[in-house]
Amino acid sequence: MIRVFFAEWRKLRRPTLFFGTMGAVMAVTALVTSLLFLLLDSPRGNGREGRMISRQTLELAHGVSIGFSSAAGLLGLVALCVFAAQTAQEYTYGTLRNLLVRQPRRLTLLFGKFVAMKSFALITVIVSAVVAVGLAFALSDKANVNTAAWTTADAQWSLIQTFINVFISVVAYGTVGMILGILFRSPIPAISLGVAWLLIVENIIAATVKNSGKWMPGQAMTSIASGGDLNSSYLHAIALVSVYLAAGTILVAVLFRRRDVSN
Amino acid sequence: MTTIAISVKDLSKKYGERTAVSHASFEVPLGTVCGFVGPNGSGKTTTMRMLLGLITPTGGTGTILGENINHPERYLHRVGAMIEGPAFYPALSGAENLRLLATLGGYSVDQVQGLLDRVGLGDRANSKYKTYSLGMKQRLGIAAALLPNPQLLMLDEPTNGLDPAGIQEIRELLRALASDGTTVFVSSHLLSEIEMISDSLVMLRQGKVIFAGKTHDLLLRQQPIIIAKCSNSSDNVKLLEIAKTAGHEGSIIDNAAHILAAADWAPILNKLAFDSGITLSQLSPVLPSLEETFFEMTGDDQ
Repeated sequence: MIRVFFAEWRKLRRPTLFFGTMGAVMAVTALVTSLLFLLLDSPRGNGREGRMISRQTLELAHGVSIGFSSAAGLLGLVALCVFAAQTAQEYTYGTLRNLLVRQPRRLTLLFGKFVAMKSFALITVIVSAVVAVGLAFALSDKANVNTAAWTTADAQWSLIQTFINVFISVVAYGTVGMILGILFRSPIPAISLGVAWLLIVENIIAATVKNSGKWMPGQAMTSIASGGDLNSSYLHAIALVSVYLAAGTILVAVLFRRRDVSN
Repeated sequence: MTTIAISVKDLSKKYGERTAVSHASFEVPLGTVCGFVGPNGSGKTTTMRMLLGLITPTGGTGTILGENINHPERYLHRVGAMIEGPAFYPALSGAENLRLLATLGGYSVDQVQGLLDRVGLGDRANSKYKTYSLGMKQRLGIAAALLPNPQLLMLDEPTNGLDPAGIQEIRELLRALASDGTTVFVSSHLLSEIEMISDSLVMLRQGKVIFAGKTHDLLLRQQPIIIAKCSNSSDNVKLLEIAKTAGHEGSIIDNAAHILAAADWAPILNKLAFDSGITLSQLSPVLPSLEETFFEMTGDDQ
């Protein structure tokens, strides 16, 4: 498995992919965190889905990590695209047959790739955390937010919790991407279907069918990042995402193990 | 210790109602070069895929280097393969693509430059794969197949896209590998190449093995001919009549008599011609080439 991990990293460390992804992560994190502070007094809201996050809330210990957790949904989409592309490209390039000749244990190959991409996702979350927290401190003065509580032990603990939750959320998004990549065997349909579902279809269903939001995988993954929200509690979101991902993972593991590899 | 590199018995693969490979049985001895030939769609690549564990047979059994083909993990670390053409990551260099596969297979990455030199890609090692020509991609595929220092090398159309000099280099490379004891199982449309390098042949037609054995035995099985050229071309018809009277059919091709007869009848023909006052300027007994045999056996027209 360790050989698969290091082999996969030879692809992931490619400068265009690595720095391109990190650039995208920094950009979305900076955007979300900046809007949080710069639109603080805006009547249109400064949080996700137009929610208002007050100055008093930002001044609490967990205020330092709100920008970071708010960016989780977009980080998740980045992870979905990377996981889906890295998986589905093996089919479109025809490289899967090379990989399977060198590592015929298919589930080992799949798991090794997943762990490598998880470690890649971990780096994106670290980068996002650094940008979000750094920017929060930098913008606090301009937004007239008191940061006294941000340096307490409570704030550090809150940041660690948020980091873990965002990481779980991002990996969940990535796993969805990997599942779609194996199902569709081509990056374009895998990514477009994933993004369309999470950004459009889920929101339409949630807006039109009462109480449906709490059963939507995308909403639940975002809910995990913020430690639970109005749609569902943290535990409900974790349980729901676990069930969806377990079902999807079992399906694609069986498919990947049994499916013939041919053009 | 087995002496057979590849052994399959009744190997079959069906896709729905379509049979791609039907009850294929053959053996490839260790340390030989075996050509795998057949028309397009005859099941060569499907057979190779089954041997590499990429697709599951619907019937039959087989062993590679003494291990059951249902457990490719037991033998693939000793097998090098290039199947369905080269396939690599376009944005990685040739060397990095090889390093990736070496890492995955647990082989030393230090050998990568040497392998690239061996296939003539040493000076383009750090160029991106997407910038390679078809011939260079093919060479990289062969280098990747050599990564495990294989006991068995399976190559599917390795000379596709190569120029004549490249084809000759690959021929020499395969010969060198075979002389070092590597078993080479190679499919190609270039039958003259296969004829030059292979000790044995497996011939497929419509998913069925129609010949498996030594190349020389296959050619000996075919009807030999004697090509005779008369000094006076008007004597060709007369010569054909002499041959026909002696029980050998023939025809005139390119101003020469092609008579269906074994080599040992050539001196008799020479004497019969001389007795009839015909002077021969050429008399050569020949076996049909592999290409002619192939077309005859597979029923394909050129």
